Amino acid sequence: MITFMINDQEVTVPEGTTILNAAREIGIKIPTLCFLKEQKGVEFQSASCRVCMVEEPGRQKMLAACSTKAWNGLKVRTDTPRVIRTRRLMVELLLSNHPKDCLICHKNGDCELQTLAADSNVREVSFQGAMNKCRIDNSSLSIVRDMNKCILCKRCEEVCSNIQSVGCLTDVGRGFHTVVGTVFDWPMTDTTCTFCGQCLAVCPTGALAEVDNTRKVWDALVSGKTVVVQTAPAVRVALGEMFGMEPGSVVTGKMVGALRMLGFDYVYDTNFAADVTIMEEAAELVHRMKHGGVLPILTSCCPSWIKFIEHNFGDMLDIPSSCKSPHEMFGALAKTYLADRLNVPREDMIVVSVMPCVAKKYESARPELSVAGQSDVDIVISTRELGHMLREIGVNFESVKESDFDDFMGESSGAGTIFGVTGGVLEATLRTAYEWITGETLENVEFEAIRGFEDVKAATIDIQGKPFRVASASGLKNARKLLNSIRSGEAHFDAIEIMACPGGCIAGGGQPSVHQDYSILEKRMAAIYGIDEAKTIRQSHKNPSVIRLYEEFIGEPYGEKAHELLHTEYKLRKKM
Amino acid sequence: MIVPADQTKYDELAAFIQTVDASEKSLIAVLHRTQTIFGYIPQDAQLMIAKALHLPTAKVYGVVTFYSYFTEVPRGKYQISVCLGTACYVKGAQDVLKAFQDELGISAGETTKDLLFSISQSRCLGDCANAPVVMINDELYAQVHSDEVPAIIKKIRETEEYA
Amino acid sequence: MLNFESLRALKTEAKKRLDARLADVPAVYLDETGTYKLRGPYFEKQTRIVLKNCEIIDPENIEEYIALDGYKALADLLEKNVPRREIVDEMIRSGLRGRGGAGFPTGRKWAEALKHDADHKYVICNADEGDPGAYMDRSVLENDPHSVLEGMTIAGLGIGADQGYIYVRAEYPNAVKRLNIAIAAAHKAGLLGERILGTDFSFDIELRLGAGAFVCGEGTALMESIEGRRGMPRNKVYRTAERGLFEKPTIINNVETLANVHHIYLNGADWFAGIGTPKSTGTKVFSVVGKVKDAGLVEVPMGTPLTKIIYDISGGIKNDLAIKAVQTGGPSGGCIPADLIPTTNVDFESLAAIGSIMGSGGLVVMDETDCMVDISRFFMDFTVEESCGKCTPCRIGNKRVLEMLERFIAGNGEPRDLPRLQELCEMIRDTSLCGLGQAAPNPVLSTLKYFRDEYMSHVRDKRCPAGVCKSLMTYVVREKCVGCGLCKINCPVKCITGERKTMHHIDPNACIRCGVCAAKCPVHAIELA
Ligand SMILES: Cc1cc2nc3c(=O)[nH]c(=O)nc-3n(C[C@H](O)[C@H](O)[C@H](O)COP(=O)(O)O)c2cc1C
Ligand code: SF4
Ligand code: SF4
Ligand code: SF4
Ligand code: SF4
Ligand code: SF4
Ligand code: SF4
Ligand code: SF4
Ligand code: SF4
Ligand code: FES
Ligand code: FES
Ligand code: FES
Repeated sequence: MITFMINDQEVTVPEGTTILNAAREIGIKIPTLCFLKEQKGVEFQSASCRVCMVEEPGRQKMLAACSTKAWNGLKVRTDTPRVIRTRRLMVELLLSNHPKDCLICHKNGDCELQTLAADSNVREVSFQGAMNKCRIDNSSLSIVRDMNKCILCKRCEEVCSNIQSVGCLTDVGRGFHTVVGTVFDWPMTDTTCTFCGQCLAVCPTGALAEVDNTRKVWDALVSGKTVVVQTAPAVRVALGEMFGMEPGSVVTGKMVGALRMLGFDYVYDTNFAADVTIMEEAAELVHRMKHGGVLPILTSCCPSWIKFIEHNFGDMLDIPSSCKSPHEMFGALAKTYLADRLNVPREDMIVVSVMPCVAKKYESARPELSVAGQSDVDIVISTRELGHMLREIGVNFESVKESDFDDFMGESSGAGTIFGVTGGVLEATLRTAYEWITGETLENVEFEAIRGFEDVKAATIDIQGKPFRVASASGLKNARKLLNSIRSGEAHFDAIEIMACPGGCIAGGGQPSVHQDYSILEKRMAAIYGIDEAKTIRQSHKNPSVIRLYEEFIGEPYGEKAHELLHTEYKLRKKM
Repeated sequence: MIVPADQTKYDELAAFIQTVDASEKSLIAVLHRTQTIFGYIPQDAQLMIAKALHLPTAKVYGVVTFYSYFTEVPRGKYQISVCLGTACYVKGAQDVLKAFQDELGISAGETTKDLLFSISQSRCLGDCANAPVVMINDELYAQVHSDEVPAIIKKIRETEEYA
Repeated sequence: MLNFESLRALKTEAKKRLDARLADVPAVYLDETGTYKLRGPYFEKQTRIVLKNCEIIDPENIEEYIALDGYKALADLLEKNVPRREIVDEMIRSGLRGRGGAGFPTGRKWAEALKHDADHKYVICNADEGDPGAYMDRSVLENDPHSVLEGMTIAGLGIGADQGYIYVRAEYPNAVKRLNIAIAAAHKAGLLGERILGTDFSFDIELRLGAGAFVCGEGTALMESIEGRRGMPRNKVYRTAERGLFEKPTIINNVETLANVHHIYLNGADWFAGIGTPKSTGTKVFSVVGKVKDAGLVEVPMGTPLTKIIYDISGGIKNDLAIKAVQTGGPSGGCIPADLIPTTNVDFESLAAIGSIMGSGGLVVMDETDCMVDISRFFMDFTVEESCGKCTPCRIGNKRVLEMLERFIAGNGEPRDLPRLQELCEMIRDTSLCGLGQAAPNPVLSTLKYFRDEYMSHVRDKRCPAGVCKSLMTYVVREKCVGCGLCKINCPVKCITGERKTMHHIDPNACIRCGVCAAKCPVHAIELA
């Protein structure tokens, strides 16, 4: 332990603690921009922005609080005129090479640079000069990169390289002209980017953003066509945050009510489609087990993960399940079965997905997920975008009248719900597969061993005396490790779930920003499990609406019709 | 894509890569060799290097764009490097640079259309006592005066013609 | 493969051969102590330790190095089996301070690395010599490469390292060539590699080439570069002596520092500490360039008066113009104004006290025709070009400083800009991540301090007293004009008026300062003023 002084306050902290962390412990705020605390508590100290400089009185050189370990007897001040002036000048320097477009910036009101400028009382930019001019990369359907707004904190690079192991972002050039770019400055679409959106989840500014589809939704709503909306499991536990509600608030009813206020004709639940996914995936698993197919089976509901395996493990494309992701299953069903029932021609139906995810934007345009050039899902918006739309109409969200999903593609089991967290899809599969394989009733549907935020969770489940080995991983670096160990023959599994976002979709790139407060993710996770627990039906194959769908329309799970509508294929992509 | 004419160069590069440790720490050495073989660092070479050293190509590109010694565009056969280091600067290196630029009709960092000359600025060629200094390929020209520049270029052009 | 015995035998043989060869070399003589020296007052006024062998031995022949006691220091340490701790203590006692810029005590650096146990440790020789206007490292590498190899090997022996790297500028192809020859020869002789001189100490050295980035001279950036990445300085959570190259304990020393090492072990720490001043021991090589009569490398004891270097050794100012300032430390350093030159001695403390630094030993002499605002701009331009771009103050701040200086030079400055410039420079100095940014404003801060009036002329009077800043000058026709009209015909913007045979006149507002008129005037009547 060491003892030192911050602004006349004594602190005692373990050796190795940074000034920043010690200050936070006693409630002294030091602003940061480049400092990134990762979910597992790992800290990324790029130490590049220099807005956290503090002063050791009497010493000329200032100290970067985020990356300077305190020592016994140190005396620092965070509140002297020099510290304050230095910080203001630093922000002014950043702004001197930054478009001051806050009013029309998607990060308006949620931007760390903007907040810092406000807090630092910046009233002019004293040092004007040349500004970098970068072409905006809006090539992809998921992410817009506007490097004019980048402050080179490198958080995105850190996440892309070290959490996701994708490494498609790099610093390009040197000095004043440095930008965060892609290989050969190619557009995102030509790179190995998986569109997981984790980079934009950590970007402190508006340099990285999701492609905004809200205008498309407004247009759809006045198009005269039948507009159907579905909401992913993780949206309902995060949307409230857009309106200042406690993280972890479950706002399903209000969300449905608000969607009706926006003018959607029908509001359905992706959780229902998640139950369908389990029917198919469990059936595929049983099929593979019975017929000596490849094992492990890998879940396939995360499009970012799918793109990752297409780029990096081209030789293993036969192991993911052929199941479409739930919202795509929903889209395919909506435009066939539902369209028939509602008596609307396919062309006159628009399917909108509200997702925690930005990868699903690119996914919805994959050609194999369309019929005659018309995508099964027409528009994907994120939780954040839905929040923005609701702000546009000025709803007082907390007092929105709760409403139920429309019948019957709105009914879901607890299994469908837990798709929103890492391990959930696997658990849901087990809840069904176990009963199908054994013919017995599963007493305890909760598989604790594969829950939580750990990198990789492995467990062996006893199925009729035979060990069934499962694992779930979130974060693509963990996925890579797992796949490498399978490829090398080091590890053997029967079923594996992979989610690109660490923690699963609750931490998706389209969710409200958590600004490094990862306790928010834990609260969202708890909320998801809470919804599951409260359900009486917690297994997909017991969902009456699902049973009805199979009886009325699909027939056998993993059967012919199912293949046509609910399964897909993958393609080899360039490794770079 | 790789043009067949360059195939031998790529073979040479591949052979060199075989001799180094297949990891990040060989990257700079491999890039140096690439620059020697091709005169610049083509994109296809970067893709090849990334694969061989098990690196994302973006990282290779990031390194190439960081070091001023590496270039992604072909340079002239004669690389004129005018020293603008302190010693040379105070002895009028600026005028010497201008003379080369005027004589060749290109700016520093550019290459003549016939791919014969390119001009670059250097930050000290390590012969400061003889400032201002110019290096053309590996040959050092000491105490250069801007008036001598046309003659230097003329002489190179002549050797080229008879070559 | 040599052992202690055969090394001694080889030395005797080699010395005879060298004596025979040098007997016919007029530039070299033997002094009263039996040491070979270069002839002439320029050299005789110097104290050459680091440069002792330069221009005397054949750098491509290891035997000539051995002939003059090369590898003797290493062999003695090995033969006597001197414990690591004692080797390091000897270095501490010598008081040698790093010659690469910061002047950090070499022994203390070694002691720190010795303290940390690891399966590998590294010794890096920093041969990136990036300071424009300084070339002493190049000279040592090209003329006495074995002194660097021996220094590194002794360092390795002292701290328990097994591998050394020399990071050398790609711009020094000759140095690379000679180092390669030297390494191969040392290998062959058993002075490098496995089981050196038959002992169980093994140490190897590899070359790594820089690729045109000044910032790679900074220790941690250099390590990043060796590891195959962009040469961006690390956030210094750990000292490199604890976790450096490949996360292992590493020492990094400059070429000149390492070239001193074997002399210290040959002659003893006390001998070395007796040269120079108590706090700055030994000698320093300066690269004296700019407006002096005899530009070149000058090695003198630390603490030597600046005037001795400039006037006594380097022959004074060229064309006998008035000296204006001496710039030391390159782009990280500062200017010493003429009035401080007579009282300044060159050692770490004296230079720091007047706001300059020793740096790597660049010493640029400037006369009255050099503009200090322009010199500041020159250094800032360098820094901006070479900034790695990682941290805000250096990436954006230095760019803004440069832009301000450019405005001054173009006549667009204002007096109120000066305090703002000062504030920005101080902020960059105090907050930058690495030495490059921290030192970058030094040239501006020191000229602002000593040549403020020159800045004022630029921003207030829009005049460049030295006559360097073109935008602040106009072409005028002097009395000498014979009215021939040549200037008028040739002026591209037709701003010259005047009747034949009468004095002509230039409209200063329309003139674009192309200089054509002055070049055409047969009687040189047109001048820039
Ligand atoms: C931007 C920058 C450039 C540097 N360039 C060099 C260099 O070219 N050569 C060198 O020896 N030291 C250079 N240094 C100093 C090194 O960081 C380091 O202090 C030195 O190599 C240590 O060796 P020494 O203790 O023997 O001087 C540079 C430092 C900075 C900040
Ligand atoms: S990124 Fe932030 S500071 Fe920049 S324009 Fe957008 S909201 Fe404003
Ligand atoms: S904050 Fe200022 S600039 Fe922004 S909208 Fe309001 S008045 Fe306009
Ligand atoms: S979306 Fe994911 S893969 Fe793509 S750049 Fe961002 S972090 Fe990397
Ligand atoms: S894009 Fe965003 S996260 Fe990435 S470096 Fe720029 S500001 Fe930081
Ligand atoms: S984990 Fe969920 S939110 Fe993240 S990319 Fe995959 S599907 Fe989208
Ligand atoms: S001070 Fe300059 S060179 Fe050093 S890390 Fe910062 S930007 Fe890079
Ligand atoms: S300098 Fe050029 S523009 Fe000015 S007067 Fe002379 S010829 Fe004309
Ligand atoms: S060329 Fe010279 S002499 Fe002739 S008119 Fe002009 S200034 Fe006068
Ligand atoms: S937060 Fe400390 S330097 Fe950026
Ligand atoms: S400054 Fe030109 S050679 Fe050194
Ligand atoms: S560049 Fe000038 S004294 Fe001006």
